[in-house]
Amino acid sequence: MPELLSVRGLKIEATSYPPGEPPKRVTIVDDVSFDLAKGKVLGLIGESGAGKSTIGLSALAYGRGGAEITGGEVLLDGEDLLALGKSGIRRVRGARVCYVAQSAAAAFNPAHRLGAQVIEASVKHGLMTVEEARTRALYLFRVLGLPNPETFGDRYPHQVSGGQLQRAMTAMALCSNPELIVFDEPTTALDVTTQIDVLAAIKHAIEETDTAALYITHDLAVVAQISDDIMVLRHGKTVEYGTAQQIIEAPREAYTQALVNVRQALRPEATVQTDTLLKVDNVTAGYSNGFKVLFDVTLHVPKGQTLAIVGESGSGKSTLARVITGLLPPLEGSISFAGKALSPALKGRSNDDLRRIQLIYQMADTAMNPRQTVRDIIGRPLTFYYGLRGAAKTARVKELLEQIEMSNGFVDRYPAELSGGQKQRVAIARALAANPELILCDEPTSALDPLVAEGILNLLMKLQEEKQLSYIFITHDIAIVRAIADSVAVMHRGKLVRFGPKSKVLSPPFDDYTDLLLKSVPEMEIGWLEKVLTTRRMESAGN
Amino acid sequence: MRLREIPITAWIGIAGILLALFCAIFAPWIAPHGETEVVGEVWAPADGQFYFGLDNLGRDILSRLIYGARTTLFVALGATLISFSLGIVLSFTAAVSRGPIDTVLSRFNDLMMSIPTLIFALVVLAVLPQSIFILILVMAVLDSTRVYRLGRAVALDVAVMEFVEAAKLRGEGRVWIIFREILPNTLSPLLAEFGLRFAFAILFLSTLSFLGLGIQPPAADWGGMVKDNKDGIIFGISAALVPGGAIAALAICVNLVVDWLLKRTSSLKGGRGDA
Amino acid sequence: MSPSTDTDGLSGRKLRERFPLAALILERLVLSIILLFAVSLLIFVGLQALPGDFASTYLGQSATPQAIANIRDQLGLNQPLLSRYLSWLGHAMVGDFGTSWASQNSVGEQIGLRLGNSLFLAGFAALISVPLAVGLGMLSVHFRNRLPDKIINIVSLAAISLPEFFIGYLLIMFFAVKFGVATFPATVYAEMSLYDRLQAIALPTATLVLVVLAHMMRMTRAAILSVMSSAYMETAELKGLSAFRSIVRHAAPNALAPIINVVALNLAYLVVGVVVVEVVFVYPGMGQYMVDAVTVRDMPVVQACGLIFAAVYILLNMVADILAIVANPRLRHPR
Repeated sequence: MPELLSVRGLKIEATSYPPGEPPKRVTIVDDVSFDLAKGKVLGLIGESGAGKSTIGLSALAYGRGGAEITGGEVLLDGEDLLALGKSGIRRVRGARVCYVAQSAAAAFNPAHRLGAQVIEASVKHGLMTVEEARTRALYLFRVLGLPNPETFGDRYPHQVSGGQLQRAMTAMALCSNPELIVFDEPTTALDVTTQIDVLAAIKHAIEETDTAALYITHDLAVVAQISDDIMVLRHGKTVEYGTAQQIIEAPREAYTQALVNVRQALRPEATVQTDTLLKVDNVTAGYSNGFKVLFDVTLHVPKGQTLAIVGESGSGKSTLARVITGLLPPLEGSISFAGKALSPALKGRSNDDLRRIQLIYQMADTAMNPRQTVRDIIGRPLTFYYGLRGAAKTARVKELLEQIEMSNGFVDRYPAELSGGQKQRVAIARALAANPELILCDEPTSALDPLVAEGILNLLMKLQEEKQLSYIFITHDIAIVRAIADSVAVMHRGKLVRFGPKSKVLSPPFDDYTDLLLKSVPEMEIGWLEKVLTTRRMESAGN
Repeated sequence: MRLREIPITAWIGIAGILLALFCAIFAPWIAPHGETEVVGEVWAPADGQFYFGLDNLGRDILSRLIYGARTTLFVALGATLISFSLGIVLSFTAAVSRGPIDTVLSRFNDLMMSIPTLIFALVVLAVLPQSIFILILVMAVLDSTRVYRLGRAVALDVAVMEFVEAAKLRGEGRVWIIFREILPNTLSPLLAEFGLRFAFAILFLSTLSFLGLGIQPPAADWGGMVKDNKDGIIFGISAALVPGGAIAALAICVNLVVDWLLKRTSSLKGGRGDA
Repeated sequence: MSPSTDTDGLSGRKLRERFPLAALILERLVLSIILLFAVSLLIFVGLQALPGDFASTYLGQSATPQAIANIRDQLGLNQPLLSRYLSWLGHAMVGDFGTSWASQNSVGEQIGLRLGNSLFLAGFAALISVPLAVGLGMLSVHFRNRLPDKIINIVSLAAISLPEFFIGYLLIMFFAVKFGVATFPATVYAEMSLYDRLQAIALPTATLVLVVLAHMMRMTRAAILSVMSSAYMETAELKGLSAFRSIVRHAAPNALAPIINVVALNLAYLVVGVVVVEVVFVYPGMGQYMVDAVTVRDMPVVQACGLIFAAVYILLNMVADILAIVANPRLRHPR
């Protein structure tokens, strides 16, 4: 049976312009081949830079931002898309092959209503009349679970939420009855609880319409729920290619195995009772226009242990970090550190107070001054807090680099010359240079690839052992919480929903929100999504 | 930055600026005749001895052009340096302090900017005594509003980055944050803006002189030279076009260099709104 | 979204949420009026604070103490500052700007004649330059980084580097003197026919157009390029839409706001450009009036002209802001 989509020996290149060097040709995708049958889903998985989006876009014969398809064939029903001319490929795009972008917010035109944009391709390709397209759009809005489907199309992109936009984008792709849809990380930007709904909606829609799909993501657990086959990519090359079942349950390559086994428990829960290092009492905080973000939060962190604060966007977890560091003085409540009250605002705190609490940011790119070398970045706290200069400073910087497992050769590098993982390590070294007692980690691994993130977490745990550091680890990722936390705080819409030792917080009986949160995290297990959906249907039927 | 990477248009610009600079510095030594020396007939045409001919009083245009480079560059550069320093210091302080300081400074700046520069200059110069330093000061203060607006935008872009917050959390003072964290990251757009302001200063000064409010005769200044010789135009005498051409040439050179700098910053600013 | 069920339906916050567009426009209007008052204060009072006593400056060489005292009395310079300001402002609002120190004519009368001339010149220049600028900007984007774009870029760069008076005299030299096809100086008077009038201002208009065109075209190009690189343009391409439809239906509506902003800003710039052009072409407008007054330090005229120019400038900027707000779909259709 001829496949719907047959990609043979795909090669994609681009020109890179490294600073201070002549431009050079890089290969983004190297000799990738796969087949996709009608109605089936192929998951493309890999870390960022692996080339998955580029491959996805090649199914529309499109190269984003300077990427050129220089070799191979992309056969849609036997016809090579790469050989088609401009008008030829235009007839295919939006009609036979459609694309769902990662950021629906940016992909929709703010000047036009959603309905008009959803039906535009179908009508312009002459596939259906405006009336027919509207009817189909309405049907798709229903299938995708959008609220008020009859009037949804009359709204503008900025009037609906992110999850709804993502579904609208899926409707736009399905509207023209394409043979193939390319989904480019459609749920990455969404909250965990929204993600599961969108994922289910997408799965339902493509099953209903018997559309084939390329599903691109970096999250193996997600792709396991929706794909029939999975292809693992790394640095533009195929690492492993097989059925979803085989990849998840019996991965052959070491890299695939590492991806599957990520997030095993890294550290057992601490059982020893230690003194409280940081105490947050009844903190309510908000902004000057009266808008409150935190409501009566009380928690504490024992010395040498990790408190994980978990919540979705809007939960207030980052705001709590700002209150603790003094950037946002609370409206009510107090913070105390090592038994002494801590001044609510930054300027009331002594340099020593500031030294003992350090912060590590999510995006290491913007957390370090691009015009400073690694030596300056790590060295400044040494000079500022301890007056170290010259040889003493150089020696200490070397020590710190060793602790973060990087060689001394990095001292003269600039942040732009480091990889994501290396940047975050330097950020950790900068925090360590101050000899702190508490480090606030604000989603430090969210922007990193799973394996790199693993390395960072291991490093943090090692340092905690050696130096008896306390961590407040802010995250939205339950798997991380399970792996490293001693105590857990669950936040939702500014309120502390649950707080206590990890074993207690993560075991039933649950409150509604924690229940929802825990259930929404995809497990690395085939058929997990069906189970959850069935449970939900049963629960709502039973009510 | 490789010398090879600089495009030819930027090289032309740099050459032009250097030529003007050379004339300005070495004027007394390279000008064939004196600044106010009458050497022949009124509006004598260009020939082997007087490359650009003579002006409305019989003075050598080429020599006056060279001396004019000195005045023009001195005043334009002076005004730009002062306006730039003033604008950057105020705007960076506003960007880092936020709050009431920012509001007051920015509102005042908006007020100053709501009167077009030329009109404002005309009004102010109608009252103040004639003096080259007053002129530089007036130009500087008026132009600093544009620098303030850009400086604040650029500083704010950087000030919201996390490494600035990290410095604040460390306990760093305001001075450190402005000079060591923010400024080094804003050099490229600031440099381009300096060039733009300099080009504008040259044009503005010559316009003021042309209107009779800038440099006063008998000092040579390119704008003033146009004013002196404009009556010859109707008779087909092109004497006024020579200094006008010099102004244009210098401004073009500066803009060529700025264009190159802007491309390097990959800024999307394409206009030179200087109203 | 459910409508507000607040019984106190007219509270400020609710109104602002439900009609963000009207609220923003009103805000701009009020701000501009306040700005105008502040500017008038600056012009009048600020001038008094500057060094240089009017009376002695006015009299120049013949400044004996008695003459100074007389003049001060005559010009009313001995009254308290605030009452002078209010009186000046009050009269200005009804069009009475006092009498010129130099010519003893009514300033308001002169302004009445000349303002029309200046606006006619500026308006005509705007009419020609705006469509040309937007068109060239679009052309430049269509041929992005290819030869036509590079040529347009170099030429416009040269154009914005040329001082207006240079362009003016260049045009006069070639078209009036050498080729004899245009008139110089550009004298107009009340009884002229429209055709004659247009002929008279041909060269000054050309000068203005050349300067403003270059600025506007560059800014239009930048605005359009910025829109073209947006994500929704990629979506349009991936939907297989034709280039024409992508530009007209997707790029244009979003480029409208920035382009309107650019045009309005340049119109404001035009108002100032008129000053130099009028002097070059000896055109009887506000610009020439003001420059002549400044040279002889005729304060009532200077202040009046300054105020009017500032008012027109503020007005145009306000219109630019408001149009940009209206063209923003997010504000036209609130949540």
